Amino acid sequence: MRSHRARFLSVGITSAVLAAMLAACSSSSSSSSGGSPTTKAPILIGASLSLTGDFSADGKAFERGYELWAHDVNAAGGILGRQVRLDILNDASSPTQVVTNYTKLISVDHVNLTFGPFSSLLTTPASAVAARNGFAFIEGAGGAPSVFTDPANEQAHNVFDVSLPIQDELVPFANWVKSLPASQRPKTAAYPMADDPFADPPVQLTQATLEGAGIRTVYSKIFPAEVPDYTPAADNVAAKNPDVVVLGSTDVPTVAAFMKAFEQQHFTPKIFICAAGPDQGTAFTSVVGTGNASGIMVPNAWYGGSSNAQSQKMVAEYIAKYGGNASGINADVAEAYSVGQVAMQAIVATGGTDNTKIIAYLHSPVTLNSVQGPVKFDSLGRNLQATTFIFQWQNGKFVQVLPVGAAGSVKILNPKPAWTNG
Amino acid sequence: MASTLTHAVINGILGGGVYALMAVGLTLIFGVLDIINIAQGIMVILGAYLSYVLSVHLHLDLFVGLLVTVPAMFVIGVAIQWLFIRPLRGRDRTSMSLLASYAVAIIIEGLLYLAFGPNDVSLSASYVISGVHMLGFYLPYIYLYGFAMAVALVAALYLLLYRTRFGHSVRATMQDRTAAMLVGIDVNRVSALTYGIGVAVTAAGGMVFGATGGGFNPNSGYDLISRLLALIILGGLGSIGGALAAAVLMLTIESIVDIWQPTWSVAVFYAALVLVLMFRPAGLFGRQSARAQ
Repeated sequence: MRSHRARFLSVGITSAVLAAMLAACSSSSSSSSGGSPTTKAPILIGASLSLTGDFSADGKAFERGYELWAHDVNAAGGILGRQVRLDILNDASSPTQVVTNYTKLISVDHVNLTFGPFSSLLTTPASAVAARNGFAFIEGAGGAPSVFTDPANEQAHNVFDVSLPIQDELVPFANWVKSLPASQRPKTAAYPMADDPFADPPVQLTQATLEGAGIRTVYSKIFPAEVPDYTPAADNVAAKNPDVVVLGSTDVPTVAAFMKAFEQQHFTPKIFICAAGPDQGTAFTSVVGTGNASGIMVPNAWYGGSSNAQSQKMVAEYIAKYGGNASGINADVAEAYSVGQVAMQAIVATGGTDNTKIIAYLHSPVTLNSVQGPVKFDSLGRNLQATTFIFQWQNGKFVQVLPVGAAGSVKILNPKPAWTNG
Repeated sequence: MASTLTHAVINGILGGGVYALMAVGLTLIFGVLDIINIAQGIMVILGAYLSYVLSVHLHLDLFVGLLVTVPAMFVIGVAIQWLFIRPLRGRDRTSMSLLASYAVAIIIEGLLYLAFGPNDVSLSASYVISGVHMLGFYLPYIYLYGFAMAVALVAALYLLLYRTRFGHSVRATMQDRTAAMLVGIDVNRVSALTYGIGVAVTAAGGMVFGATGGGFNPNSGYDLISRLLALIILGGLGSIGGALAAAVLMLTIESIVDIWQPTWSVAVFYAALVLVLMFRPAGLFGRQSARAQ
């Protein structure tokens, strides 16, 4: 009797766990509402997103971007008269699961097109699956050099990143620091970097540039990307008391941990810029506080206050649907929305969802439009038209500050104000 | 350099206190129930979220809030033991408990996602940022308070285990569950209460973890569980004092390595574990015989 009960319990618990895992790792498949139904078959678009795990905040923002785009397209009658249907799977931020997901999307779900996941870390293995199956891989958050130089992409040329290639994203910042008068130019700099293909290249390039300008490096180390506590690394940076901190971060918790440790050590860098994190709108300010955010900079190609007409339309729709304000919108939303826009232009231009034609079209010398600005791809899928801006939090608002003199740029807050404890 | 090294050592010791608060519940539960509670990481996060709710919505001080979260977590722990762990029987009980506690972790994580969403939150208080200045650096009060609380909790658990009738029942159950039943100890009750206590002390760990890090979300528990397991294995499975000692030792080593090469700190953490286990397979304070049931 007992063994029967134990076996029953075994099967029950195992089933429950498997069911829960499947629920977590599989579909949040959603069709988009809006527009009138048509008789033509819908365009099925598959994507894997980090709806749980380390990148879940970004994954959710990406999901909103994809869904917002699909809703807009369907409300306008679809593409070539076909409604768009999204098939989104959860990869739990795992580079292994993302491979499984795209294999399923292509081989089992028979999607027409694939959109990219969040992060360079996941885009590289995911795009290789798409390459093996002859799929174009349009993505918005895989800008690390390793994504483009992956052997699968060098052979198939199927990756198309609609966003900013991250290698050069800190160039306007480095140029601005170099341009400062000698009396105002910082003397020392620290470069703590998370061990991630996204975070390191732009920071290392900045380090080389600033060293060339005579700014002494007092700290340059890579720390593990996934540890529960960044305090030791942050404390070691604070102990060096650098004028500038260029943080190779991938997410909000990393930046928040450094900020907290700096504040605990009564250390305020004069200039503080992060590779990622501060561009996540309220997801950032709700953790660190708007006061503490003041003066912190981050590179990107888009912000909620962009004058781009398409962007303003998307921002208005986003606020109508989710609330908040323009500064609070995560930049991931615009990256995801841009993926959809570029895919739509390719579908319309090629007359359908033939991936071979779409790849050829996207490599043709055509300039496309997106909420992030113009998009034109080189042979490896980098967006040559992307313009790098540096943004800064100023009194609760996320504003463009660099390049100086560019349309939309306001005066940079320098030096960074002292911490305000929230 | 001396100041940096001193800072790293003190950081390691105080950080060890934070980890001990999270690990003692895990080792206590293993000691009595002979199960690996994979859900311990999410319990830490649940404790942090409970503190967050009390702090943000009721404006309760984080430490005062523990007067609510610790009993609440005790009730949650007893309920989990009754619903998921107690029904497990037979020779597969220990391995089944891994699945059961993993299921618990997934369920709680899902509920936290529903309640709080994926964005990070953090716990704040004046003593999280302010601290005492010494030797050229600041020691945040939250770490000092957290370490003091860890020592106090370990001492309290020792008193509970060695100076009370309930403690005798717990230790008898730890040594031989069947024999304990034969002498009239209600091992089901002991197991439920112990699981509840193990989860309850985790509330304190969750609060300090939530206040010292850069924020947490429903997923943050997964980064913790492997380290907590390593700590209780190193300390000796079932040894509460061992968990504290192991946490202090490992965090200190990690903190020192961090000065020179942060990327090695995690590797050194686990390398130290392997090295110690080569010479002391039962861990620093483990007793092989106590686990030989």
